[in-house]
Amino acid sequence: MAASTLTTSQSTPALARWANDHRKWLFAGPAMAFVGVLIIFPLAWTVYLSLTDAEGSVRAEKEFVGLGNYLDVLGDTARFWPAVLRTVEFTGVALFFEVVLGMGIALLLWRPFRGEKWVRVAILLPLVATPVAVGMMWRLIFDPNIGFANQVIGWFGIPPQPWLASEKAALMTTAFMDVWQWTPMVVLILLAGLTSLPEEPNEAALVDGATAWQRFRYVTLPMLMPTVIVAILLRGIDAIKTFDILYATKGKGGGSYHEVETLNVYAYGLSFDYNEYGIASAVLIIFFLIIVGSMWALTARRKGQL
Amino acid sequence: MATSTETAAPRGATGTRGAVGRSRSRAAYPTFRVVALVVVVLSLIAPLVWMVLASFKTNVDIYDTSKALFFHPTIENYTKVLKQANYGQFIFNSFWVAFASTSVSLVLGVPAAYSMSRFSMNRSALVVLMARVIPGVSLLVPWYYVFSNLRMVGGYTVLILSHMFVALPLVVYIMMGYFDSLPLELEESAMVDGLTPIGAFRKITLPLSVPGIATAGILSFIFSWNNFMFALVLSGAHTKTLPVAIFNFVGYASIDWGGLMAAATVVTLPIMVIALFTQKYIVSGLTAGATKG
Repeated sequence: MAASTLTTSQSTPALARWANDHRKWLFAGPAMAFVGVLIIFPLAWTVYLSLTDAEGSVRAEKEFVGLGNYLDVLGDTARFWPAVLRTVEFTGVALFFEVVLGMGIALLLWRPFRGEKWVRVAILLPLVATPVAVGMMWRLIFDPNIGFANQVIGWFGIPPQPWLASEKAALMTTAFMDVWQWTPMVVLILLAGLTSLPEEPNEAALVDGATAWQRFRYVTLPMLMPTVIVAILLRGIDAIKTFDILYATKGKGGGSYHEVETLNVYAYGLSFDYNEYGIASAVLIIFFLIIVGSMWALTARRKGQL
Repeated sequence: MATSTETAAPRGATGTRGAVGRSRSRAAYPTFRVVALVVVVLSLIAPLVWMVLASFKTNVDIYDTSKALFFHPTIENYTKVLKQANYGQFIFNSFWVAFASTSVSLVLGVPAAYSMSRFSMNRSALVVLMARVIPGVSLLVPWYYVFSNLRMVGGYTVLILSHMFVALPLVVYIMMGYFDSLPLELEESAMVDGLTPIGAFRKITLPLSVPGIATAGILSFIFSWNNFMFALVLSGAHTKTLPVAIFNFVGYASIDWGGLMAAATVVTLPIMVIALFTQKYIVSGLTAGATKG
């Protein structure tokens, strides 16, 4: 590459030659500058804020308080720890059903069939729908008095449920919405993985008399495992940060009893409802560490396996 | 899944693809598959249909469960949304912010992805992609601090910049994968033929990358259109995007369900129509890099 650069640049003007010689940073520079100014610097600012008593107005004076905010947050059993629990619960339940259902649906779609095109469209629609609108849509369907959900379970003789209005069931109802919207994402990823698998191992197992379950469990699944981990990773990162449907269905603070207040909702409320920027930043840094930590644990497991 | 263990069923006449499917075809699997697929499609589509149906009902009909499917349709909700609620403005805002943030992200991101792919700038790429992991709120706080002090909160510029936080890493991620898959030889032979490296990028690589750019562009447009949290904090009364404007129909005491469902339909419908026509790109973008392991 270097040699050809020299020969071609002899006939071009100095500026063009300079541009060609420095194209690596000329191309990457503007994007890196954006990342630096709008992501790295703000992140560092958040770390700084988390060490101060910033609150109230953004123009107010703030004082350095060291790790005080972190100690306050970690000792807060009223809002912080319940929010951590809810985050784990919401993410765990949503991810579990998304991966299990996603795997099932991907296997259903794996081999070609008639009408495949239409099924694929149906799978894409929830995925691209605006999450806030999706939240509103489910809010009507899960309405205790006029909602369609209670009509449907009524057909099976189940008495009406309060769904979102219940302090206990609200979080799982929102997890259900997440499953509805994002299982298709897992399907698409797993399907891409399935179609890239070699056919031979499965055929060999078939010749050896393996049942469908055996072929899935001992042939397909092990080969597909790296893709499954990628799906869990990608979906998990987004599920743990869920905000839109929680805010759309239960409003500020995750409802009047904070029944769907996850870490993200809590941090948002601290920042923009209470203007407690210092404490909010400490929560955010802890939240960020939790995300990175769980990702690290997942990828470490993946490397250990392969 | 209760297929039996027929060992030496006569097969292998045609291609390899049919082999696995055909051995099952004697058992109950095909019927099960059809039923299961119908259930899947219904559960994915029915809620959306319900939303659209409700948007054509009066609030009285929405409260009457006996009129779930049969009712006199009305477009009253839509006139309310589009005329009284000033939705024309919000549609424009959503479109403009999505369009601008996508365009700028493509202009910055495509060359950056090219550089990162060709020069194996893995550490720089990692920094850009880290953006996917960072919770949006942790940037909103400092953005709000800085931009309020600059008196920029409520303007389009801040909204566009904030949406680029999602769009730019997405563009870089998709395009890096795309450039990695393009053979280097094409550029090399173009340079042997006298093109400069930048010339080869412009005249050879870029035209070949149109499908990748379309994928990245469509996805970042959709993500920006759907984005809620940034606009919730950073938009003003006149720069609200559609996901924020939906809340106009949610009062403290009561909800205007008909208007709310019409508003929700107005937000989601354009994006679904786009998705129908660009299905291939969306799927390839969402699954980009997932199978490389």
